[in-house]
Parts: sequence; structure tokens; C-alpha cells
Amino acid sequence: MSAPDFDIKYVAHLARLKLSPEEESQLGAQLGNILGYIEKLKEVDVTGVEPTAHAFPMVNVFRTDEVRPGLANEDALRNAPKRASGLFVVPKVVE
Amino acid sequence: MLHRLTISELTARLARREVSARDTMQACLDQVARVDGEIKAFISHNPADALAQADAADKAIAAGADFSAQPLLGVPIALKDVLAVKDQPLNCCSKILGNFTSPYDATVVTRLKAAGAIIFGRLNMDEFAMGSSTENSAFQTTRNPWDTARIPGGSSGGSAAAVAADECIASLGSDTGGSIRQPAALCGCVGLKPTYGRVSRYGLVAFASSLDQIGPFTKDVRDAATVLEVISGHDSRDATSIPQPVPRYPQSLTGDIKGLRLGLPKEFMVGGLDPEVKRAVDAAVTHLQSLGATIHEVSLPHTDHDVAVYYIIATAEASANLARFDGVRYGARVDGADPLEMYGNTRGAGFGAEVKRRIILGTYVLSSGYYDAYYLRAQKVRTLIRQDYLRAFEQVDAIITPTTPTPAFRLGEKSGDPLQMYLSDIFTIGCNLAGIPGLSLPCGFAANAKPGAPNAKLPIGLQLLGKPFGEETILRLAHAYEQTTPWHREHAL
Repeated sequence: MSAPDFDIKYVAHLARLKLSPEEESQLGAQLGNILGYIEKLKEVDVTGVEPTAHAFPMVNVFRTDEVRPGLANEDALRNAPKRASGLFVVPKVVE
Repeated sequence: MLHRLTISELTARLARREVSARDTMQACLDQVARVDGEIKAFISHNPADALAQADAADKAIAAGADFSAQPLLGVPIALKDVLAVKDQPLNCCSKILGNFTSPYDATVVTRLKAAGAIIFGRLNMDEFAMGSSTENSAFQTTRNPWDTARIPGGSSGGSAAAVAADECIASLGSDTGGSIRQPAALCGCVGLKPTYGRVSRYGLVAFASSLDQIGPFTKDVRDAATVLEVISGHDSRDATSIPQPVPRYPQSLTGDIKGLRLGLPKEFMVGGLDPEVKRAVDAAVTHLQSLGATIHEVSLPHTDHDVAVYYIIATAEASANLARFDGVRYGARVDGADPLEMYGNTRGAGFGAEVKRRIILGTYVLSSGYYDAYYLRAQKVRTLIRQDYLRAFEQVDAIITPTTPTPAFRLGEKSGDPLQMYLSDIFTIGCNLAGIPGLSLPCGFAANAKPGAPNAKLPIGLQLLGKPFGEETILRLAHAYEQTTPWHREHAL
């Protein structure tokens, strides 16, 4: 039993993942199976229950707004696939 | 035989100048050379660097270093390939990170170094910590030292196997749904997941940010307490780290557990539990009673929904955390005509099947139109699961369960069916969802029908779950049990 409208092509696009046709077919089937299992959550009565995002929610974790040293430019670039002039080089973004 | 020592045994001998850090490090390196060709726990290690650190430790000891200030001085510790160590490779056992070397130390690494530890080696894991058998590593498959045809568990399989094979004195792993406790159980060592927020996640490559915690693999409970004290504490660089003072954990090992109340969750002792696991855990419960603990039945009514809730929340968080691997700033970029193509190509080529599976599932449950039905609903059921545990802790001081439903299964046995693999996490997952601490320690062995090895056996793990920040109680219980049973003295190799 699988989720009726699980569109793997669409979700893979959202996730920026290029899949081969074999992967689409195999992952689609496996995920359908997993989603079928997850349907059991619909059995639970969650009326009036607050969602939990974190077990021990910390709030307002701030520090004083003062400049502190961060990662040096050279360290930030040390693993760059392509770099120039202290910047990361990427394929053209705008036409 | 120096590689077979525990942290306490080693540091006592180092303090008395009976052995040197160099000789111990060499013994570990020799063991790695001897067994890791088959065990394959290590992805890489640098012997020259390790020995240089050992020499530095020996120098410090000769100059009169204080072991109470540096409780890990001279102790060889290896790390799961998910923790940042400056100038060492960091891959999370994935192809997508390419030749990445870390420009900084994780907070736990800074703390280990300050405590004098020798940090060597990158340990194998399921890719991006997604898996329960270490079969999802993009690099190699680690084998269980007790039977090399079987899995060591996962995702911290390398960390567990390395300790069980005496290739290092202790190791660190990470636990999101059981990834420390389950491999510890399957490999016969101690594994501890701290309370969420107890240990800083700065420098831990994130899988699921509300579930991840770093923790130790050790040969006994005292060592786990020692390492936990070193790595714990508030860190301003991790906004989820809790500003609770760190107790002197080793001091909680008094040996006295009289009057402590243990809860057995009735929903856990169910079908699918291997009879030898049940027998060993029942015997452990009886033994703890003989030491003065009292046993009570508790109920965790939403247990049956743990796995479903986890696989929605963890995958959703993972889909967000792994969005950064896009080929722009680091890793193995695969080019494209435009950035969108580059992202798709890089991620398509760089991620393994399990990682893709989870990213897609996570993306789906967060997507418009499905968020309420899946993610929001899962977060609400998570509240109910957490409340179950907190309610149980009003009646008992710790909850006791098997760590896994079965001993280690064979390589390849479950890798074809993702859902079967997920269901094997049934006993460990609730702990992460509730944010409470959990520990696994050896409680016996199951017979292993292994051709040509009539005495072959497989470790069984006992799990203790504690109240939030209740590590002292579960350590005390575990230690009392361990010291009056023989399991911790057995070596796999």
C-alpha cells in the first residue's frame, strides 16, 4: 500500500537530486512501501497536542552583538572545488 | 598487550611510569596492522602523527602532568568520520565530500585534546550516519570482530568494532536513533548517548539536529563516565547545548544501587525478540534485583509509533541539513550548465542510495500539502512519546530494555529491505525522540552457529534509559551490574 500521489520526479527536483530511471523506479517503490508503513500515524489522536521541535527547547540563545573572529577566508576556501580572487566560482547564475 | 587495557588501567600505569604512551600507541597501531585488514574499522589513520602525539604525551608526563586535570593523557582515541578534526579528512563516509579536510576542531575534539587524549584515525560509518549496519558506507564494509561474516551495527559500526577489536582504547560515535547503543550491543562494548544538549554538536556533521548526540564507546562503564565528563558541557557555539553543570561522572560509580527503581516497559518485550536476548535480559534484571534494585512494570503506550515518527522527523531534518552539499563551497563537484544542473549532478553522483532515500522522504514530508499530515503530525506524536517517558520516570529511576531485538545479523541480510532495517531500531529510537540519555552494556552472549568455530558467540546488549540529565543514575546501575558479572572481561580477538 503506498501513498497515492507520491511523485518521485517532483520530489527529487525539490531536493535537487538527479536520479537515473532505475533509481526513480527502485526508490519510488521502496519509498511507497515506507510511506505505507508511516500511514499508521494517522491512528493516533493528536487533538490538543503541541508539536515538539526540540526535547529541551532553549529560547533566546543570544550573545552580545560584538564583532568576533570567524573562519579565516583562506580556511573557508581551502576545500573549494573552484575558486578565484578569494571567492567561490560557480556556473553562471543570471542570464 | 597494552592495547587491551582500559582507560583507567592505562592512565594508572602511565602515572606510575610503568608504561609509556608511545608503547601503548604502538601497540594499538600494531593491532590495527594485524586485524584491520579484515575488520575494516578504520578508513584512514596516520601512524607518524599518532606517535608524535604519544611522544608529546610522554614528555608531559615526564614533566609531572596532573592526571586529575588531564584524565585522558596518553590515551589513544579514534573518532567516527563525522567529527571535525583540524587538518584531518572529514568525509562522513560519503563520496560527496571528496578531499575535504577540516579547517577547525569540533568542540568535543578540543575537549579531548585539552584532556591529553591522542586523537588518531577516521572510523567507518554508514554514510552521513544513515543506517544500522555500516553497510551504507561509500568506502568499505566493517565487520563484527566476534564474527566477521556479520555486521558490527551502525551507523557507528567502525567506532564499536575498533574498541571491540582493541584497535584503540576508546572511540567516539554519534547517535540519532541508536547509532551508538546498537553497535555497542552488537560488538560487546559500552556505548552511551547523553541527554540531548549535554554534549556540544559543534563540529558534528548534522544529520537530524533535534536528535543527534555525540557519545563514547569504551571497554567498561568507568571509562564511559570518564570520557563523558571530558566531552560534556555548555558550548556557546551550539545554541542547543544546555547550560547545566557537568557532574564528576566517575564519582557516581559507588557500587550501591539499593532501592533504585527499574522500569520494564511492557510494550518492549514483544514478539520478534530473539529468545536468547530475552533470556539474557531477564537474567540481568534478576541480577540487578539481587543487588538491591526493585523492578516495576511501566507502560510506554506510543512505542509502536516510534519508528514511524522517527523516520519522518529525522529524514525531514536530514533533508534540510544535507542541502548544503551542493558542490559550491566544498566536496566533489560535478559540473552543470547552470547551478541547478550542478546541484542535481553533484548530489546525484555524490550521495549513496540510502541517503537519497532519506532526503527524498524528508523533502516529501515537508513539502507543501503534506507538511501537516506528516511532519506536523509526527511532531505531535513525538510530544506524546516524550510524555510517556517522563510519566514513567515519575515511578522509576531508570528504564531497562534489550538494546536490540536480535544479536548481530549477517552482512547483506537486511540491506535489500530498507523498512526491515529501520524496524531493527525499535528499542533505541524512543530515547532520541524523548531527548533522554541511554547506555548499552554487555549482558551475555548468544550462541553462534558458525562452521569450524564451536565456541563462537555473539554479544547481547542491555539498555538503560535515564531521566533527562540522569546519566549518573544509569552509569551507577550499569557499573554495579558490570562489576559483578564477567562479560566486560571478554575480548573478541
